[in-house]
Formats: sequence, structure tokens, C-alpha cells
Amino acid sequence: MSHRELDDMLGTKWRKPHFVTNPALRLSLIVGFIAYLIAAFMTIEVDWGRVYEGLDRGWQFVLAFTKPDFVSRASDIWEGLLESIVMTVAASVVGILISIPIGLGAARNIAPLPVYVICRGIVAISRALQEIIVAILLVAIFGFGPLAGFLTLSFATIGFLSKLLAEDIESMDKVQAEAIKASGAKWMQWINYGVQPQVMPRLVGLSIYRVDINFRESAILGLVGAGGIGATLNTAFDRYEYDTAAAILILIIGIVMALEYLSGVIRARVQ
Amino acid sequence: MPVLEKDGAQIWRRHTLREKLVRWFGWLLGLLVFAICWQIISQSTTWFFVWDAPRIANDIWTRATPPRWEYITQLGRPIWDTLNIATLGTIIALFLAVPVAFLAARNTTPSALFIRPVALLIIVSTRSINSLIWALLLIAIIGPGVFAGVIAIAIRSIGFCAKLLYEAIEEIDHAQVEAITATGASRWQVMAYGIVPQIMPAFAGVAVFRWDINIRESTVLGLVGAGGIGLQLSSSLNVLAWPQVSLILLVILAAVVLSEWVSAKVRGAII
Repeated sequence: MSHRELDDMLGTKWRKPHFVTNPALRLSLIVGFIAYLIAAFMTIEVDWGRVYEGLDRGWQFVLAFTKPDFVSRASDIWEGLLESIVMTVAASVVGILISIPIGLGAARNIAPLPVYVICRGIVAISRALQEIIVAILLVAIFGFGPLAGFLTLSFATIGFLSKLLAEDIESMDKVQAEAIKASGAKWMQWINYGVQPQVMPRLVGLSIYRVDINFRESAILGLVGAGGIGATLNTAFDRYEYDTAAAILILIIGIVMALEYLSGVIRARVQ
Repeated sequence: MPVLEKDGAQIWRRHTLREKLVRWFGWLLGLLVFAICWQIISQSTTWFFVWDAPRIANDIWTRATPPRWEYITQLGRPIWDTLNIATLGTIIALFLAVPVAFLAARNTTPSALFIRPVALLIIVSTRSINSLIWALLLIAIIGPGVFAGVIAIAIRSIGFCAKLLYEAIEEIDHAQVEAITATGASRWQVMAYGIVPQIMPAFAGVAVFRWDINIRESTVLGLVGAGGIGLQLSSSLNVLAWPQVSLILLVILAAVVLSEWVSAKVRGAII
């Protein structure tokens, strides 16, 4: 459209420009998409009778949210929740502490090439592996319990935080860092006074965001035996105790909301 | 600026004494909390297994290598199911997320007092519960299978997509909306010609981004019985067929890397 003069277009009806401008590509995308959808729907087996029977149970579950049962399994819920929180706190602390040096190493403008390659490798491995898969392997190695969950969450935190920290360092203002270097600072002083003040607000924000994610993840690690509230939740579902399950879900949602609110407040203060 | 007087000379300090004390106590408190958390984790850990871990890890490694390559012929269908769960789940989620996002955005919501909180509640509650928990719940309601996985992924994605979309809607350029309104357009026309073109790139970006995440999540949904390659993973784990487990993990890794590559390419083309 940009090649045509305005005069040529006078008198012709306006048409909405398409999102994908190349017509051949657009057509093939649409046809391919529809073909895929048909193929996908053909291969999914849905037992509609079973679904229909389930609707009743689904409705019971929705009703359970109106009268959640915090009491009858209170000690299990409390233990699981405490374990989840403990795992979250410990894993966040350890993960953040480890991810700072790795993040420094994964920033190309600070680290020499060999260090950069190693740190980027660690980040890539940690990001490519699902938390739950790591948890399965660690449970197999270290046995059941919160230690496996703690290690899983720490490992996942490293990948997430190091990558974002490294990207932040790579996009920092060079001038400040150079000014510190010009004053004759040692490497540690250079990092402390030239780099750290620039990335600190974002690092704090991301760390708190990660605490939030870690709590959410800790809620499912129990499914594979890595400790936390997930095991209690799984048992509640298995026994069709929807009121207890609803209570646990309400607690999880409440804590996540509180964490999100808190992280919003803290991020607004540091930035 | 905090300055220390010493022998008539002024020495620059980063913090005042008060700040130093507050920081020191902050660190002490943090350390204390961490120590307590570590204590709790350590109590519920069987340390004998942990000291034994290197041997176990080595043992698992020797069992798992080399992967049983011929098993890959049985993985075709599970991978197709995994792809379907992620893609169909994303599509359903997007259909549901668009209205929620419009109801949640401050500038398009019909009522900021009544409807917006409800939309925000939907966003928070679907976002804070992991897809594995949704799958667990749906399996209890509609029975195991791919369909439960699709719905679990869809529900989990609503909050994520709607949150990013409503933030995009709130950030639109108001001048364009006003220009469309000034031509005498109705409410729907304003939406179609003033708002939608502005959020279309964000929408496509969110869709691809979430699809990428959903591929990751759908690979493990099978662990609780919701179809896909995770089903094979859990059955191989249950019979301790480590060569199969290592092959499945390799396939999952390849799928994750591939989907991340696709999503990065598509997002690069859009933005």
C-alpha cells in the first residue's frame, strides 16, 4: 500500500489492511491451521458420557468453594503449607545467592569468553529442564522429602534469575562503570560501585517475583514426593474430599495474591 | 552525604551509622529465618540417603545410558497428543482470555466497580494454580485423558493471557481511539478499529509465548494422567526402565528447545 500514490487510491473503497501482508503466506497459514485443527480434533478421544457424568462432580467441587473445610485436616494442611513456605524461603535465598555470580559470569560485557560460555550453559540447562522433571530425578537421587524440593527450586531459580540479571547487566550504562574503573577501582569495587547500583532495583524486583513463582511451584512438587502442600492436595483429590481441596486451593490463591501485592509494593518502592 | 571525620580529614562512607545498623539487623533477621527454614528441611531429611546420593546418581546414570533408541517408535502418538494439548489449550484460552481482558482493562471495562474485580479475580485465581493441579482436579471430574489435559492447560492460560492482554489494552494510544470515536463509530466499531489493531501485535506475541510455555507444561501433564508424553514417562519411571526414561527426557528437551526456537522466530517476525 505504501508504494501507491494517494491519487490512485482516491475513489476506491477502503479496506482493512491484513495482519499478514503476504497473501500466499496468509492463505497457507490459514489452510495449514485449519488442516491441523481437523487432524487434532480427529485424534482426541473424548468420552462425552464420562464428561457428562463428571459435570455433577464438577458442580460439587464448585459448591465446595462456598464451604471450604479448613478444620478436619487442619494439621495436614498446616504441615504441608509450612513445608511449602520453608522450601520457598530457603530455595529463594540459596538460588538468589548462587545466581548472582552466575549472572555476572553470563554477562558478555563483564566476563571473559570461557566463563561466559560455562555460565550460559548452566543457565540454558536450568531453563530447559522442567521443575517437575528435575524434582523426579532429585527425589530418585536424594529420597523423598523437602530437600529434593528445595534443590529443585534453587536450581530453577538460578536459570531464571541469572539470565535476566545477565541481560540487565549487558544493557547497563557503560559510562558509570567506566568512571569507577578510571578512579582506580579493583574488580570487586568496580562491580560494587559501578555495576551493582545500576542493576539492584531490577534484581530486587525479579527476586521477589521469583519468590512468588517458587511458592506456586512448591505447591506441585509434592505430587512427585518432593515435599510441600502438593501431597496433601493430591490426597484430598484422590479421596474426593473436595471441601478440603477447596480449602487448600483458597489458601494457595490467598498466599499468591498476598505475595503479588507485596512484590508490587516493594517493586514500586525500589524503582 | 555520610562522611566520617577522622584526624581532621573527611572520609566518604556509603551509609550512615544508622543505615548500617538497620542493614546489619536486616541481614541478621534474614539469616535467622533462613537458619530456621534450613533446620526444618534438615529435620525431615534422611541424611543417610543424601550421603549415599553420589553412588545412587552414578547408578542411575549407568542404567540410563545409552537411551533405548528403538523405543522412539512408540513415542510418536504421545508427542502428537502433547502438541495437541498445548495448541488446543492455547486456542481455547485465548478465546476466553480476550473478553476477560477487555472487562479487566481500566479503559474498556463496562463497570470499574463491579465487573473489573470479578475479571481480576478470574485472572488471579487461574494464574496462581499450576496446570498440574488443574489437571488433577479435572481428572477427578471428567476422567483421565487428553481432553482433561487440554482443559487444564486452557484454564491455566486464561489468567496469564488475560493479564498481559489487559496491560496491553491499558497502554494503547488514546488519540487513535478518539479519532475513531469522532467519526461517529459505535462502541463495537471503536473496539474493532481503534483498539484491536493496536493490541494485535501484543495479542500474537502473547499467543506464541504462551504456546511455548504450554508445550513445556503439557510434557509433564501425563504424570497425573492427563495424556501426552508424560504418561509414557510416568509408566517408564514406575517400572524403573531408565533407558526409556532417558530417551523420553531427551525427546522432551528437544521439544522444548524446538518450541522456544519457533516462538522466538515468530515473535521476531511480529515485533
